[in-house]
Amino acid sequence: MLRFNWLNATTLTLGFVFLYLPILLLIIYSFNESRLVTVWAGFSTKWYGSVFQNEDFINAAWVTVRVGVISATIATVLGTMAALMLSRAGPFLGRTLFSGMIYAPMVMPEVITGLSLLLLFVSMDFTRGFWTVTIAHITFSMCYAAVVVSARLVSFEKSYEEAAQDLGCTKFSAFMQVTLPIIAPSVAAGWLLAFTLSLDDLVIASFASGPGATTLPMKIYSQVRIGVSPEINALSTILVAVVSIGVITASLAMKRAEVKRKREEQLAFAG
Amino acid sequence: METIVKSNQQQVFAPWTDPQNKPLLRFENVTKKFGDFTAVDNLTLDIYEREFFALLGPSGCGKTTMMRMLAGFELPTTGRILLGDNDLKDTPPHKRPVNMMFQSYALFPHMSVEQNIAFGLKQDKRPKQEIKERVEEMLSLVQLEAFAKRKPHQLSGGQKQRVALARSLAKKPKLLLLDEPLGALDKKLREQTQFELMNIQEKLGMTFVIVTHDQEEAMTVASRIAVMDHGRIKQVATPAEIYEYPNSRYVADFLGDVNIVEGRVGVTTGETASLNWAEGQSHLAVSTKERPQSGDTAWIAVRPEKVRISKEMPEEADNCLQGEVWDIGYTGNISTYHVKLANGQMIKAQVANRQHLANRPITWEDSVYVYWEKGAGVLLQS
Repeated sequence: MLRFNWLNATTLTLGFVFLYLPILLLIIYSFNESRLVTVWAGFSTKWYGSVFQNEDFINAAWVTVRVGVISATIATVLGTMAALMLSRAGPFLGRTLFSGMIYAPMVMPEVITGLSLLLLFVSMDFTRGFWTVTIAHITFSMCYAAVVVSARLVSFEKSYEEAAQDLGCTKFSAFMQVTLPIIAPSVAAGWLLAFTLSLDDLVIASFASGPGATTLPMKIYSQVRIGVSPEINALSTILVAVVSIGVITASLAMKRAEVKRKREEQLAFAG
Repeated sequence: METIVKSNQQQVFAPWTDPQNKPLLRFENVTKKFGDFTAVDNLTLDIYEREFFALLGPSGCGKTTMMRMLAGFELPTTGRILLGDNDLKDTPPHKRPVNMMFQSYALFPHMSVEQNIAFGLKQDKRPKQEIKERVEEMLSLVQLEAFAKRKPHQLSGGQKQRVALARSLAKKPKLLLLDEPLGALDKKLREQTQFELMNIQEKLGMTFVIVTHDQEEAMTVASRIAVMDHGRIKQVATPAEIYEYPNSRYVADFLGDVNIVEGRVGVTTGETASLNWAEGQSHLAVSTKERPQSGDTAWIAVRPEKVRISKEMPEEADNCLQGEVWDIGYTGNISTYHVKLANGQMIKAQVANRQHLANRPITWEDSVYVYWEKGAGVLLQS
C-alpha cells in the first residue's frame, strides 16, 4: 500500500485542477441564474430549457450528428481497406510512400486541409453545404480509422483467413466471415474516433460548409463571438455529459468483457 | 496401445512397393523459390492413398512450403503437383479437396466449437440436417460432445487441438494436411494424441500428410517418412528402414542417436566390407549389399543401443574397441556410456538399467571394451 504523501497529493491535485477547472467552471456557470456569465446570482436550470427551445441549436446538433455518422461510416470503410492493403500486400514498389501518404493528413495543419478542400469544391463548382462538409470530414478522419485498424491487423494471424479459405471460402467471403468479426472491436473504435473528430471539428467545417449546414461547433463559435451566453454554457455541459457517459459506458463494457474472458480461460485451464 | 502396434504389424500396408499402384499425390520436379532462396529444390515424391506420410526435417528445410503448396497457399515455381490425375495449379485453395490442420489451430475465436466444425460444410451449402449430423459425428470422434457450445478460449490446449482436427476432417477431404499438429502440447499429452491420430486415420481410411520436426513423432505415427534437408529429400522409407538403414550421415544423425566412425574402405569380401579407421587399430567389419570402392572415404554408423560394453574382453565379437569411460548419461531407464578411444574418438554404448543403480559394475575412468556385430552397423558413403 502506498502511504499518504504530501508531495504526491499536491502533484495530483495540481494536475487535476489544471485539467478540469475550466470544465468545472463551465458546468457551474451553466446553472447560473444571471444572464451575466461571470456574476453568480443563484442556482437555476432555466438555460437548459432555453437550449432546447432554441431551434438554431437543435438544427445545428442534427446536422452535426448526420455529418458525423455518415462521414465516420465511409471513413471507416475506406480506412479499413487501406489498412488491409498495407498489412497484406507485402513489399511493393512505393510501399513506404503509400503508407506515409495515408498517415500524412494527420500532421497536416487543419487550415491547409480546409483551404485546399475549399479550393477543390470551388473549382469543381460544388454548392457548399451538408455534403461538402461530409466529404471534407471523410477526407481527414479516414487516416485515423486506417491507423486504428492497421494497429489491430499487425497482430492479426494470417492463418485465420487461410483456414477459412482452406475450408471453402473465397478471399472475400473469408474476410467477411472471419477477419471482419475478429477485428470488429478495432473497426468500431476507428468509427468512434472518426465520429468524435467530426463532432468537434471547427476549422475544416468552416471552410467546407455553406449556408444551411452549420455544425454545432460552428454555431457555438459564432455565438461566442457575439458574447458568451449562459445558454452556450448549458449546451456545452450537455455535450460534456454525453461524451463522458459514452466513454464511461464503453470502457465499463470492455472491462466486463475482459474479466469474463479471463475467468472463462481460467476455468478452461483448470478443467 | 500395444495392441495397436501389433495390429499394424499383422496387416502389411505397403502400396509403394507395387509399381502398378497409382499414387494419390505426386510431386513432379517441384521447385519453389522465394526471391533468391530456394525452399524446395527439384523434388519428386509419390504419396499413396491411406498413407500416413511424414515430412521430417529441421526448420527451414522446405517441409512447410510443400504443405502450403498442397493447400494452395503457394504455387510451385516450376514442376507439377498432381492429385490423382489433376494438376492442382489452377485450383484455388477453397476448391481443393484438401484440408489442413494449422499449427496454431486457427480456430475462429468468435465461433463456438460447433460452429467451427460446421464452417466448412456451410460454405458448401449442405443441407442443415446433414451439417448437424456430421458435426455430431465429428464431436463424438474427438470426444468433445460436452464442449459443443464452448468458445475456443474456453478450451485447454489439447481440446483446441481436437477441435482443429475435427474441423479439418468434417469435409471428408481426400488429403488431410497436419502442420506440426502436436507441437503446442506437453510431452505426455503429445504421446497420447499420437496414438489417437493413428486410430482416427485408420478408422476413417484417409490419407494424412504430417509435417514435423520431431523425429519420435514421425516414427510413431507414419507409414513412411521423408527426411528433408535444404529443400531436398534425403531419404523416403518406412520408420524402421530409415532408422536401421539410413542412406547418409545426415539421415542417421537426424533420427535418434548414432556413433559415426570415419575411415577408408578396405577389402570387401562377400557381403562384408572392412573400414580402416585409425592407425594401428584392427579394421571394422560391416555388412553391406553394396560394393564400395576400395580406398574411398566411408563411414560406419552404429546405434548406441546396439553397442555393448564390458570390463572383460568379449570372447567373440566382429568389432571390438578398447577405451575408457569418459562420461555416463543416466536417464533412469537407460544409461549411456561415453567411451573415449585411444585416438580420442567417442563411442556411445547404451545399457538398459535392469538392476538398481548401486549394482552397476562399470563406472567413470574404468577401462572397458565396446563391441558390436557387423550386422549392427551400416556403411555410409555420403
